[in-house]
Amino acid sequence: MKISFQINGVDREVDAPPMKRLLDVLREDLRLTGTKEGCGEGECGACSVIVNGEVINSCLAPICQMQGVTVLTVEGLSRDGRLDSLQQAFLECGAAQCGICTPGMLISARSLLNTNSHPTRDEIKEAIAGNLCRCTGYIKIIDAIEQAALTSQATPRA
Amino acid sequence: MIYAPTAVAPTSLDEVYELLSERGGRAKIIAGGTDLMVALNAESLNAKEFIDIWRLNELRGIDDEGETIRIGALTTYTQLIKSPLILSSVPALVEASRTIGAIQIQNRGTIGGNIVNASPAGDSLPVLAAFDAEVEIGSIRGVRRIDFNQFYIGYRQTVMDADEILLAIRMRKLNPNEQSFFFKVGTRRAQAISKIVTAVKIGITGAEINFINIALGSVAPTVIRAKLTESLLTNAPLDTTIIERARRTISQEIAPITDVRSTEHYRRTVAGNALAKILRRLM
Amino acid sequence: MAVGQNVLRKEGYEKLTGAARYVDDITLEGMLFGKTLRSRIPRGRIKTINFDPGYDWSRLVIADYRDIPGENYVALIENDQPLLAETEIRHFEEPILLIAAESKREAETAMRHISIEYEESPPLLTIEEALNCDEIIYGSDNIFKSFLIARGDVDEGFKQADHIITGEYRVPHQEQLYIETQGMIAIPGKDSLTVMGSMQCPYYVHKAIKQLFNLNDEQAIVIQTTTGGGFGGKEEYPSMIAAHAALLAHKAGRPVKMIYDRAEDIAATPKRHPGIIRHRTGVMTDGRLAASEIDIVFDGGAYATLSSVVLSRGAIHAQGPYRCDNVRITARAVATNTPPNGAFRGFGAPQVTFAYEMQMEKIAAELGVDPLDLRRINMLREGDITVTGQRLNWSVGSEDVLNAAVERSSFVEKRRAISPTDNGSKRRGVGLSLFFHGAGFTGSGEAKMKARAGVEITPEGRARVLSGSTEIGQGTRTIFCQIVAGELGVHYDDVEIEEPDTSRVPDSGPTVASRTCMVVGRVVQLAARDAKEKLLRFVAERFGEADVELIDGWFTAGEKRLEGFGETARAYIDLYGNLRAYACYANPPGVEWDDDTYTGDAYPVFSYGAEVAEVEVDMDTYEVTALKITTAQDIGRAIHPALAAGQIEGGTLQAVGYGLFEELVWERGRVLNNRMTNYIIPTSLDAPEMETIIVEKEYPHGPFGAKGVGELPMDGAAPAIASAIFNATGAFVTEIPITPERLLKVLENMS
Repeated sequence: MKISFQINGVDREVDAPPMKRLLDVLREDLRLTGTKEGCGEGECGACSVIVNGEVINSCLAPICQMQGVTVLTVEGLSRDGRLDSLQQAFLECGAAQCGICTPGMLISARSLLNTNSHPTRDEIKEAIAGNLCRCTGYIKIIDAIEQAALTSQATPRA
Repeated sequence: MIYAPTAVAPTSLDEVYELLSERGGRAKIIAGGTDLMVALNAESLNAKEFIDIWRLNELRGIDDEGETIRIGALTTYTQLIKSPLILSSVPALVEASRTIGAIQIQNRGTIGGNIVNASPAGDSLPVLAAFDAEVEIGSIRGVRRIDFNQFYIGYRQTVMDADEILLAIRMRKLNPNEQSFFFKVGTRRAQAISKIVTAVKIGITGAEINFINIALGSVAPTVIRAKLTESLLTNAPLDTTIIERARRTISQEIAPITDVRSTEHYRRTVAGNALAKILRRLM
Repeated sequence: MAVGQNVLRKEGYEKLTGAARYVDDITLEGMLFGKTLRSRIPRGRIKTINFDPGYDWSRLVIADYRDIPGENYVALIENDQPLLAETEIRHFEEPILLIAAESKREAETAMRHISIEYEESPPLLTIEEALNCDEIIYGSDNIFKSFLIARGDVDEGFKQADHIITGEYRVPHQEQLYIETQGMIAIPGKDSLTVMGSMQCPYYVHKAIKQLFNLNDEQAIVIQTTTGGGFGGKEEYPSMIAAHAALLAHKAGRPVKMIYDRAEDIAATPKRHPGIIRHRTGVMTDGRLAASEIDIVFDGGAYATLSSVVLSRGAIHAQGPYRCDNVRITARAVATNTPPNGAFRGFGAPQVTFAYEMQMEKIAAELGVDPLDLRRINMLREGDITVTGQRLNWSVGSEDVLNAAVERSSFVEKRRAISPTDNGSKRRGVGLSLFFHGAGFTGSGEAKMKARAGVEITPEGRARVLSGSTEIGQGTRTIFCQIVAGELGVHYDDVEIEEPDTSRVPDSGPTVASRTCMVVGRVVQLAARDAKEKLLRFVAERFGEADVELIDGWFTAGEKRLEGFGETARAYIDLYGNLRAYACYANPPGVEWDDDTYTGDAYPVFSYGAEVAEVEVDMDTYEVTALKITTAQDIGRAIHPALAAGQIEGGTLQAVGYGLFEELVWERGRVLNNRMTNYIIPTSLDAPEMETIIVEKEYPHGPFGAKGVGELPMDGAAPAIASAIFNATGAFVTEIPITPERLLKVLENMS
């Protein structure tokens, strides 16, 4: 099945079996390996991407439903090699340790800040409740998102 | 030889009906995929053909019908949470939706999916049962409406025929003298399957209970109504004695099991405590 | 000075942009995908293996034990674990066959066309069954290893004691649940074999591969890829999966990738050792410990793997950071027909810490002594002697951490505010724990290991760290560069670190045991010192100056600036070709251990922690919410305060999981809840607020005073929470995790 969609602002077309997961299309067909698989069942959120403005688990989305959508992945956050405010805050706060949950966390955080530019700590926790982290205890991730909210303008919605 | 299922995306309900009349027994309907894709990934799903209804906007929409609300099958949990109409008229459904998965799941999971997936632990189901909701099902043979409390006939089994599709769910709005409650105990605070989940709809004047609907999930092969306990409480004055009796009655009325998530004893005990807590709030 | 600064993580940019390459992100030309066919019984023999004759097997590569060039075992301590089962099966999920295909799906489909007939034997599934010896599955008595640690005269001590208090504590399996599953890629070469993947210890994998494939040091090449969490779960297991991939690659003549899906990973890989720990303590009325008898039994699973070392650390820590002149500790690791257990952060200490801290709580309650006073009366201080006869000569932060945690959390005031008659539906409680953790390998481990690391100067004029220690999120790459920058006197940005590739870096020992900063960091520091001395001599000659220093990236003589580090380095390389300085670990003077009597300095130094947990118990649902944890941890020196805090916060949440949420459900030796949906770790909504206080009681022989931090945070939260639950409800729970189901039972038994 041929699917054309927009990934990180670029129009792309793939030819893939209809029930192939969006996660696998990103990683294999488009070689965008930033989005990760942690569980294959929508529990860990490592595969989170933003589709048509909403954050979803790409391991649960079949490619046949992605015709004409816009997708934002972690690779689309930085511009010209420069980290966006969230990535910068993560770096400064020490919010990434092993880094495997980080792409998903950034995407969920980006989705939150796109609609709520001044979230409370509780709202941040709610927004990342579908992203499991085993390294950090979440503390510095929440700190980083708080910091990014204070210092940034949200980038245009995907 | 290698598993590569096909998918077809009908653009109208009539097309869906046609497809289902041909291949309803074999093809599986897929909406948001939050249940089906898990099974597909785990290779526990046998389907080789899928009917993708994600773009079928005829199944979307929350309609105010005056005394009732009609919720299209493809309404996502996020849409329910954000709907002022749902919040004002069936608030327990918003509460339930908030406890399902996390935001990623809420953006794609649909109420229709929750209903046809027929898990005994489906979190929206007790709300639908407590509200005596009505299921609207369509096929090439026409549309029929079924009382939600007659919809399940066994573990993961519904009354739907292979050529039918769930169109919508219909619920009565809360009247001024009615209240609803939702209570879920999960394995953790998000991304949690319920150990016990309950919804209550109650009509109360002064200190007397006019009626009470108590529905529970995760304590039986399907969502159930606690009829004995409802009987006990109907037309009863709300006081500490009746609350105690209700706690004991519901604990004994249900027959939960011990499984990988919880124990029979815990479920019985907490079902009683949850009901008592809800009733105490009304006193 | 980079040390003590929160510099940016060395590999941070890659991790934040999605550019970091984890093993599953790598695709190679001609690569096949490998899967493992595993036993479906816990104990017995393979009778027949049947390949469906109607299936096209020509597209697949299948390997079994007969394809192994070397001997069929995975090198570790006892070498009793086969790489692939021959006929005997000792646990569910034991690997039998390997299958490689063009895709994962194809390999999985093929596997469904292989059926195995077994002859089953009765399995031993619990510690009790193993000790009962109805079946013998290891040695003569099912015991992998036992230890005895004795000091003073316990019988006399019990006679003197005013009260005797006993307790039995049970701790479960725990799954590491790194978010990146186990994975490896193996690439066959003409005379070489390369494996790359997710791991903590490249040289462990190297050793295993060499033996299995009859290769020498240069022919076996092991490379760590960016690793998404380890926590001990990637200490020994990677040798197994690497060798599996390598065997398929060797047979196929093509690269092979193996990535476990989550279900296989949880079901088949090593877990924390579960255990039963019994305490019998003789105490004086004033709270002093007079005698202590402790019995520990750990379940090692089907093969010995690391059980002896886990047991050893457990036994040595079993008395806790408390003085007692009369101690008798007996410890056994038993065999059962379950997947072998292995390393998980803490490595025996979290298990025994739960036990000894709950025992202290019990003693306090029965004596009517305040739990805080009980700690103060008995805790180890500088100059005290431990159970192995070690005199604590330096860096003892026990009192400092206790005071800091108690004060910051307002523990005393909060305890006073808890009303014993509170009958509300939500009850609050506050609990305390005091704990310690020996840094580095136990006993003579470090002396034998002689960890090696180097610093080289590059032609570009930078310093480069050479070490087999790995980055698994804890910050190895960052702190090593900080240490070198600090020691040399250059900028952090002018220091880089070599990839962990066995053909390029020396064996610094495994990345385990809280040794990476304290032991290897120290060696890195010494190597940097050596490199610096060489450069200083070079500059002195070059400029004809005495008393040259390197400060802030500049060589100076007094007030005069001579040359920048980069320039000097390039000049040195131009002249001499290279500059590589290596150093080797040696124990500080006076540190001695006797393997035969099991006495002496068990670790060069201990790190100390104190934790105050505030909980709320819902008396309708019995759910425990960990509201806040305040913890003070003495780690000697924080090379990078934010990374250190990150270790403490992350370890603490894992320990909260251990205490409240995480439980494996077994049926006949098989894990039933091997999915993320039903093996429960905390989400952001379950995590408590945390306040972390870093205490720095400098350790004179660690790099800039640092000792170990990686595992200490794993030890304290479970008992602190259990104590808080006791404070809130009166329920004294002796088994973790304290799930609502378990708490309900204990509460009901009370009334």
